[in-house]
Amino acid sequence: MRIISGVSCIVLLACYLSFHACKDTPYQQGKILYENFCANCHMDDGSGLEGLIPPLAQADYYKKNVIESACLIRNGMDGPVEVNGQTYNQPMPGTDKLTEFEIANILNYINEAWYDDLPYVKLEDVRAMLESCKME
Amino acid sequence: MFISSLLLLASCGSGNKELPILSRQVEKDGELVYQTIPSFSFINQDSQVVSNETFSEKAYVVDFFFTSCPTICPILAQQMLKIHDHFEAEPKLALLSHTIDPKRDTVAKLAHYADNLGVRSDRWHFVTGQKADLYDIADDYFNIVIENADVPEGIDHSGRLVLVDQQKHIRAFCNGTDPAEVDQFIVKIEQLLAEGRKVD
Repeated sequence: MRIISGVSCIVLLACYLSFHACKDTPYQQGKILYENFCANCHMDDGSGLEGLIPPLAQADYYKKNVIESACLIRNGMDGPVEVNGQTYNQPMPGTDKLTEFEIANILNYINEAWYDDLPYVKLEDVRAMLESCKME
Repeated sequence: MFISSLLLLASCGSGNKELPILSRQVEKDGELVYQTIPSFSFINQDSQVVSNETFSEKAYVVDFFFTSCPTICPILAQQMLKIHDHFEAEPKLALLSHTIDPKRDTVAKLAHYADNLGVRSDRWHFVTGQKADLYDIADDYFNIVIENADVPEGIDHSGRLVLVDQQKHIRAFCNGTDPAEVDQFIVKIEQLLAEGRKVD
């Protein structure tokens, strides 16, 4: 009996710890992908780079275009864009290396990391958006 | 006793060892001498010539980049900006960034880049020139620049920041993509500038 309660204690503790670990970084894959594909320019903390590269953290443009950002990740962006009252005009390269699932994870990571009030990004919304901006 | 403590104080004051010279040594007239950065002449973001003369009375920090580089360059720029801001009021230090994509990085592109970083050419030069000259001098500054079709935008390069003194000797370098290393590098720059003041 004592062994069983000991084991269940350990199991409970493990559950608790893993829950907490997950709670700290709920979008682990999104975080890793962000660091590999986005952070070079937008920086680890989403702050961007002065007047060259716009921020992703607390950025009005991003907030208004969360799902649309899937297309920016895939196809890149050219021409001026206004973010938090400042105009940025540095081309952004796209990447075709990320799947729609991975892009959704990145967006959810960004939403979770730097916004309190953005809803969960659903895979089907990302899929539909990417379909609409498909480049042949 | 008083004198010896004075001496001790003095030796503490100069306790910072001089930064070593890291330039390669070559034999000249039977003697080993440190190589200096060879003469160069490039054009900066304001269409002005930047040459050895520009830095005759300054130490300077060097890096290599290109404006459309999606890999390490924005981080390098962020770290160079950190150095720029740290030494804002320091007339004896300048920064020099070389494009390694002169075909696309026109003077206008460099000016746009510098403006948007919020820096001016009297403190931080962004230069372009002949591609061969830019790639050759990278080697003198311990940097590697290679065209490689397999990497994004086709140019592979090291993100090393290099500190050059008034005598055109390399005195320190660091990995410009590692913020902790750059912090150490800033300490070394301070050390070099303090050496200069001692000579004055």
